[in-house]
Amino acid sequence: MNIHSSAKQERSLIEKFLEENVLFLGPDPEIMNNHKLAPETAAETTALAKFTDADQMNLVRHKLQTACNESFDMVEQMGAAPGAKWGDLIAGVWTASGDLALSSMGGVLLFSVLTQHPVKFILKYWQKDPTVGLKEGDIFLHNDARYGNIHNTDQSLILPVFHEGKLVCFTGAMVHEGENGAIEPGGMPSKAESPYDEGLKMPPIKVGENYTFRKDIMTFLQNSVREPKLQLEGMKSKLYAAMRMKTRIEETIAEYGIDALSATLRRTLTDTADEVRRRLRTWPDGKVRQNVFPDGTLRENVLLRLRLEMEKRDDELILDFRGSSPEFTNRANNTVLASAKGMLAQEFLSFVWPDLPRNQAVFEPMTVLTDKNSALNCSPAAPNAQSMMTFFPSFTAAQLAAPKFVYSASEKATDVISGWYNMIVTFIYGGFNQHGELVGNVCADLNGMGGAARWNRDGEHSIAPIFAPMADIGEQELIEEEVPMMKIVPNRVMRDNQGFGKYRGGHGYQQIATMKDTSLWGFMACSIGSKFPSTHGIFGGYGAATYPLCKVTGVNVFEVMKDNRELLRYTVEEIMNEQPFKDAKYTTHHMGLQLEFANPGELYMLTQGSGGGYGDVLDRDPEMVAQDYRDKLVSMDVARDIYSVVLDATTGAVDPQGTAAARAAARKKRLQQGKPYAEFVAEWETEHPPEHLPFYGSWKDPKLIYRGSPTDTCSADAMVGVMMPDPKDVRIRQLESQLEQLTKG
Amino acid sequence: MTKSIAITEYLEIELETERWKCRCCGHDIASARDNYKTGLLVYNRDPREIHRPILNADKYEFTYAPDPTWCRIIEYYCPECATQVEAEYLPPGHPLTHDIELDIDKLKARHLDQKEAAE
Repeated sequence: MNIHSSAKQERSLIEKFLEENVLFLGPDPEIMNNHKLAPETAAETTALAKFTDADQMNLVRHKLQTACNESFDMVEQMGAAPGAKWGDLIAGVWTASGDLALSSMGGVLLFSVLTQHPVKFILKYWQKDPTVGLKEGDIFLHNDARYGNIHNTDQSLILPVFHEGKLVCFTGAMVHEGENGAIEPGGMPSKAESPYDEGLKMPPIKVGENYTFRKDIMTFLQNSVREPKLQLEGMKSKLYAAMRMKTRIEETIAEYGIDALSATLRRTLTDTADEVRRRLRTWPDGKVRQNVFPDGTLRENVLLRLRLEMEKRDDELILDFRGSSPEFTNRANNTVLASAKGMLAQEFLSFVWPDLPRNQAVFEPMTVLTDKNSALNCSPAAPNAQSMMTFFPSFTAAQLAAPKFVYSASEKATDVISGWYNMIVTFIYGGFNQHGELVGNVCADLNGMGGAARWNRDGEHSIAPIFAPMADIGEQELIEEEVPMMKIVPNRVMRDNQGFGKYRGGHGYQQIATMKDTSLWGFMACSIGSKFPSTHGIFGGYGAATYPLCKVTGVNVFEVMKDNRELLRYTVEEIMNEQPFKDAKYTTHHMGLQLEFANPGELYMLTQGSGGGYGDVLDRDPEMVAQDYRDKLVSMDVARDIYSVVLDATTGAVDPQGTAAARAAARKKRLQQGKPYAEFVAEWETEHPPEHLPFYGSWKDPKLIYRGSPTDTCSADAMVGVMMPDPKDVRIRQLESQLEQLTKG
Repeated sequence: MTKSIAITEYLEIELETERWKCRCCGHDIASARDNYKTGLLVYNRDPREIHRPILNADKYEFTYAPDPTWCRIIEYYCPECATQVEAEYLPPGHPLTHDIELDIDKLKARHLDQKEAAE
């Protein structure tokens, strides 16, 4: 035996040993980086050859779609989690290879392009594992985004469905359950500095057999979260919904045969992908680009760049985010690549082609390019519970870019639309409710995002979240029965909070919250966009404004208003500017609030943002400006200064001559103040980000990544995650420095 | 008669001449193979002029108005009719975005071939 063959044998032995002794099954890149459809199986080929009648297939598809919708309704009605009640879920059916072929019409559509990953993990790793296996009656649960999810506040329950002993498909449901045992209550901890601060992180795990939960595992899960009853109830409602869907599938097989099921699921996927390709061919070829700038991590204000170059080539769409911000290794705002793809798919499912079936094939003709260890493709070691802080802006980049292709497309499924408001402006809470129970969850007010303007009409006020077109905001009276929060002003739209344009975005509403009748209660908030707007307009329209968290502390408004009702104000503007509560402290902050225990009667105030505007403000019909003025949506100042519309101070009627003159003057002013492009660029553009700006991402060269200062850089090909100091340490250092100065003085 | 394709609310591409044109006044902006922004007037807007402070800026750090040291609105106007064609939100000094770069040969092939086929 020579030395080479000996080394070869040794290597082979080591490889064999490693193969047989896997110590840890982490997220599988082969599964997680692939959003394409699984290859057609032999059973599907046979089924497609046998079941060919298009009308029959349509009937089967509708039957399965109805089953998904029915299961969705079941979870929405039975679920105890606030998320379940307002539609933050989907129910679906996957092929035997793990592709999501159909899902409920309502709910959170980005799940449609995410949930195949855990199913494929089950197939690859558990199906043949003697300690786990895959058989009829098994129940799997999953929530870790690193194995395919939005974030780990969402839990997925998956059931395999068998026919005559053969696996034929999976059914299941995904729900925003809320509480998950993280470092902060409510399931979305912005304080998390590692994945281990984010609470329960389940890869796909078998939690039951024979359609019955294992008591030992259920007990473990219940002991891992702050709301044990909710954990049980959420799992039960998902199980029954998945079982109902399984029954509908069995009925379908009984009526049409097993080939009908296999063929329909496969054809639904391939037909969807084919249709997306056909529609893409109607777009012009070329590249469009859009930058967005998330302005915080929820712990501090920093400015990230997310850079999108969207290229359309024949029937393919490439979304290139290379050159974007690095990941923040000890902040929760990072996104797993698969989650980013899900959110990008949302743009196409909700806003570009809302008529398509809800399944993962919608994204099949698309490719997403990112830098490894970047904010949109973070490492498994980076926390991701607040991935919305980067993947919602990535969605916005796609939403603002798409109209530049869609406007001239020969065929449109829906309107050309501006940027929807994109932040979850709501309260997360934790503490003891008025019934003495420990609770932690999120308020449905996040669903009141302002709608964007369209090519032919204004956006709707506080209409729906970007991720779920048919979600609800809940009834305040019902919420108050369960938690000790009160909204002294719920859901009142804010004047002048408008994405201005020829067509304006819809307004967002104000939420003025307080609490009472509790021994311990804390608020959290998790939105960015307090210094740099988080969504923009299109074609000359302006974007959303920026939004603060406002607080009035050191006062119990219930006590001071007991005999002085006149102190009450109905808007954030009045409360903060008039300061009616004597001796109270009035402060503003960015919207990243970590758990803060409040005192009864203190006020916490947030404002939902506006959708982006469409077109030039000087093109807006003066009568529409007048109507907005009469509806108290805009002030006289905005009518005059933004829209150049002159209104009668008493009646609000348009002065046509005055308006024409004001608009002519505004155009003349533009011509005077505007500079030729080359001259402007020479004065404007800088080689590096400004010194004062904590900027993260590329500036001129997408390969050169800035890490918070003009001198701290890395290559995009070797991205280095950012570690941030604790904001409290930063504050202590500032105060110590001030103290030192005072002492010296 | 020349054929034009509307690309945005205010921009079109005249196919035969390969020129960006203003859809409001017909102004000839730039070569369709170039960045249309090169033929427009550009203005650096303080964002507080558009998104004015709703809270008293003397009292509060966050007022509903963007921070002008973090964010500027770059407005692009047609040099003839002054229509605001685009409004771009950028950090100070950030390179302007070449946001639309279409394949003009394919655009012409698609639309002019269609026209010829129709004739």
